[in-house]
Amino acid sequence: MFDWLQHFADWLIYSVFNIGAETHLGTALNFFVFDTLKILILLFFIVFLMGIINAYFPIERLKGYLNRKKLYGLEYFFSSVFGAITPFCSCSSVPLFIGFVQGGIPLGVTFSFLVTSPLVNEVAVAMFLGMFGIKATLIYAVSGILLGTIGGWLLGKFKLEPLLSDWVKKILDNKMQQGEYEEVKQTFYQRLPGISRGAWDIVKGVLLYVVLGIAIGAAMHGYVPENFFNTYLGGGQWWTVPLAVLVAVPMYANAAGIVPIVQVFVAKGVPLGTAIAFMMATVGLSIPEATLLKKVMSLKLIAIFFGIVTLCIIISGYLFNLVL
Amino acid sequence: MTKIVKILGTGCPKCQSMTGVVKDVIYENNIDATIEKIEDIMEIMKFNVMTTPALVIDDVITIKGRVPSKDEVLALLN
Repeated sequence: MFDWLQHFADWLIYSVFNIGAETHLGTALNFFVFDTLKILILLFFIVFLMGIINAYFPIERLKGYLNRKKLYGLEYFFSSVFGAITPFCSCSSVPLFIGFVQGGIPLGVTFSFLVTSPLVNEVAVAMFLGMFGIKATLIYAVSGILLGTIGGWLLGKFKLEPLLSDWVKKILDNKMQQGEYEEVKQTFYQRLPGISRGAWDIVKGVLLYVVLGIAIGAAMHGYVPENFFNTYLGGGQWWTVPLAVLVAVPMYANAAGIVPIVQVFVAKGVPLGTAIAFMMATVGLSIPEATLLKKVMSLKLIAIFFGIVTLCIIISGYLFNLVL
Repeated sequence: MTKIVKILGTGCPKCQSMTGVVKDVIYENNIDATIEKIEDIMEIMKFNVMTTPALVIDDVITIKGRVPSKDEVLALLN
């Protein structure tokens, strides 16, 4: 699929810049050009596709559906899938959270959404697809959705409603009236320019991280000895998974920048499962997210939420390493 | 009559680009309107929107969850 791009990278580096294919610099630059362009193309297409899905996704109706129907536990799964397909914008997470709770959706189901929303996002998926291929991407996305489902269900068992912020509880008590809303319906062709502009904005926003991540990754490829991590981290020591996850939780790294670096770790001997767990903890949980959530939850609730999700990520890290 | 335009959003890039679009439209077309940015989540929730950014013109929510084009905003303001 990307053969033509490889030809282009070969032509650009070996012919135009005349840097030999046998030199270190030549192969590194070739690698860099090919990877960067491939990722950017994938990124644009996936973000664009998600933009179309999102433009037509009936959020309000889904809210009603989750609330009315008896779904025998499937509501956690649906809510988690929903979190995966909504674009991750931290600023929308909190309003959606409140909208859900206010609409009478149980807190656990809402948590399923909140876990998956940052975890499985279009940028992370595109980066994974570009750096690790389709199999690892599917594993990442499916396990992310399952993690949200199970995490939400577990959190739902704890009866955590009293730990919400006071003003959120107040909202829950007196049902608010629906705000007046009039939107002029637009046709697909009217919306298309807006959707592609939105996709372009997202790609532009992460461009620097993609380039930096791939550049650092390319540089590390050359300098970190083969099987370097294998000696220190990959030997199947039990503590590597929890360590990787605990280091990653407070970190706030853009998925676009972290995936190319994680890819080098895997290439140099870190097990894929440990790497996926690390990724999940980096993008799924972060200090900035905790700060946002502070507005709707007490610290204790945030701690329980982060604790449960961290535990789930660690367990899935072990599972991946067993299966993969 | 001066229109009251409110932009709801906690300050993410999308909310900022919506503010930019709205400001441009008002300035370029000399529309009599005041812009108010509402960044406090508690205030935002009073409008009962689930997706930000949202555009509120004279207390009617006209757009939520996306950044509109200039033409669209112009049509809404006229």
